[in-house]
Amino acid sequence: MDSALVRRRSALPGLGLTLGFALTYLSLVVLIPLGALLVRAFGMPLADLVEVATSGRVARALLLSFGAAAGAAVINLIIGPVIAWVLVRYSFPGKRLLDAVVDLPFALPTAVAGIALASLFDRGGWFGRLLEPLGIQVAYTPAGIIVALVFIGLPFVVRTVQPVIEEVDRDVEEAAATLGAGRTQTIGRVILPILVPAALTGFVLALARGIGEYGSVIFIAGNIPNRTEIAPLLIVIKLEEFDYPGAMAIAVIMLLISFALLLAVNLLQGWARRRLGET
Amino acid sequence: MRPDPLVEPRALRALLVGVTVLFLTVFLLMPLVVVLYEALRSGVGAYVATFADSEARSAIRLTLIVAAIAVPANLVFGVAASWAIAKFEFRGKAVLMTLIDLPFSVSPVIAGFVYLILFGSQGFLGPFLASRGWQVVYAVPGIVLATIFVTFPFVARELIPVMQSHGNDDEEAALSLGASGLTTFLRVTLPNVRWGLLYGVLLCNARAMGEFGAASVVSGHIRGLTNTVPLQVEILYNEYNWVAAFSLATLLLILALVTLLAKNVVERRFAAPGGAHGGGRV
Repeated sequence: MDSALVRRRSALPGLGLTLGFALTYLSLVVLIPLGALLVRAFGMPLADLVEVATSGRVARALLLSFGAAAGAAVINLIIGPVIAWVLVRYSFPGKRLLDAVVDLPFALPTAVAGIALASLFDRGGWFGRLLEPLGIQVAYTPAGIIVALVFIGLPFVVRTVQPVIEEVDRDVEEAAATLGAGRTQTIGRVILPILVPAALTGFVLALARGIGEYGSVIFIAGNIPNRTEIAPLLIVIKLEEFDYPGAMAIAVIMLLISFALLLAVNLLQGWARRRLGET
Repeated sequence: MRPDPLVEPRALRALLVGVTVLFLTVFLLMPLVVVLYEALRSGVGAYVATFADSEARSAIRLTLIVAAIAVPANLVFGVAASWAIAKFEFRGKAVLMTLIDLPFSVSPVIAGFVYLILFGSQGFLGPFLASRGWQVVYAVPGIVLATIFVTFPFVARELIPVMQSHGNDDEEAALSLGASGLTTFLRVTLPNVRWGLLYGVLLCNARAMGEFGAASVVSGHIRGLTNTVPLQVEILYNEYNWVAAFSLATLLLILALVTLLAKNVVERRFAAPGGAHGGGRV
C-alpha cells in the first residue's frame, strides 16, 4: 500500500490536534496503566518474581494457558483456511448465514459463550450426552479449554485468510494448469504458499488472544487447581486473596508473552506485504 | 473425460463443504441456539420474570451507563487517531498503530488489574484517593476505565482502513474551495466513512456491554450496585439459576446478532465499488 514511503506534505489541517489528542489518550488509558504494572513488578526482588512464577500451581497454570491456546490455534490454523476457502470459492445453501456467523466470537460477550459451551458439553448437555458413551469428557477437562479457545480463535484465522483467497489471481491458477499441474499440485505449490503468511498471522493473533482469554474458558474449564486452572483465573484468585505480588508475577509473564507475540504479528505482516509485493 | 484442472474434484468439494458446515454448526451456531433454548425452557413467563428482578434491572442500568461513557470516549479517540494516521505521513506511525492494537493482546484480567495497581488501596494513587474519599475501583469509575481499556482499539481499527481507502483528494478539493477544516471533516470525510464508523461503534459497544474479565477484577461484585449484565449472568449461573442466567444472556446475544447484521449491511454497501473494505481484522 503506502510502502513506497512517499513523504508528501499533506494539505489537510489538524495533524497536530488529532495526533496530540490520540497520543495523550493512548498514554492515559493504555500506556501509563500498563507501565504502572511493570514499574510495580520490577520493583519486586527478581528472586521473588521467579519464585512465584516457578511455584507448582502458577507454573502449571501458565503452561496450561499456553498449551491450550497453542493447541486451539493449531486446530484453527488447519480448519480456518479450509473454511475460508469454502466460503470464498464454493456456493451452497446457507453459505451467507455461515459466513456471517464466523464473526460471532468477536461480537458475543465471552461470558455468554462460556455458559453456552459449558451447557453444550456438560454431561447432560446436547454434545456431552453424545460424547459420554464414547468415553470422551470435554467439560471440566483441558479438552474443554481447547474447545472454548477454538471458538474464540476461529475468526482470527478465517478472517485474515479470506481476503487473501479473494485476491488470488485466477490467471496464476490457469497458468499452473496450462503448464500441466493437476489441481492438487496447483493448490499445494501455488495457492498454499500465498496463504501461509496470512494463516500464520491469524494463528499468532488467535494464540495471543487464547493465552489471555478468561470469560469463555472459566465456565467449561471447571477450574480444578493444578489441572484445569488457567493463568488469568489464577490472577483473579490471587487478587481475591490480596496476594498482589503473586498476581503481579503471573501478569508480567503473560504481558511479556503478549508483547513477544505482538512483535511476531508485525514481523509476519511485514513479510506478507513484501511477499505480496513481489509476486 | 479429464477432470477440470481449475476446480477440485467433486468428492473433495463435497467433503470440504461438509467439514465447514459441520464445524461452524457445532462450534458457532449451536452455542447460539442453546442460549435461546435454555432461556425459554421453562416458558416465556419464567423468561420475562428474569427482567422483573431488581438486581437484573440494576445490572442492565449499570451496563448502559458504562457503555454510554466508554463508547463515546473511544469514538472520539478513534476518529482523531484515524484522521492523523490515514491522512498524514509521520515518523513512528507503524509504532503508533501497534500500540493501538496493544489492548487486543492483553488479557482482560490484566486490564482490570492495572487499574487496581493505579487506583486500588495499595495502588499508586490509592492514598490520595482515600484522603479525598473518592472510590475508583470496586465502583463504577473503575468498571468504566477497564471497559475503555479493553474496547479502546475497535473504532480506530475499523476506521483507519476505510479512511485510507478514500485518499485525500475529496478533502483537498473542499479546502481549496474555501471550506474550513471542521466543515471539510463534517461534510466530506464523515459521510465517506460513515458505514465503517457505524460498524466500529457497534462492535465497540457490543464489547463494552459484554466485557467480563476486566470488569470482574475491578467490580468488587457488589450485588445491585457494581454488577454489570455479564457479571450478573455469572452469579446466576454459579447459583444454578440457569433459566435466569441464560435469559439475561439473551440480551447480550441479541446485541451480538444486531452487531453482526450491521456488519453484513455495511460490507454489502462496500462490496459494490471494488470492495475497498479493510476486511479481516477483528
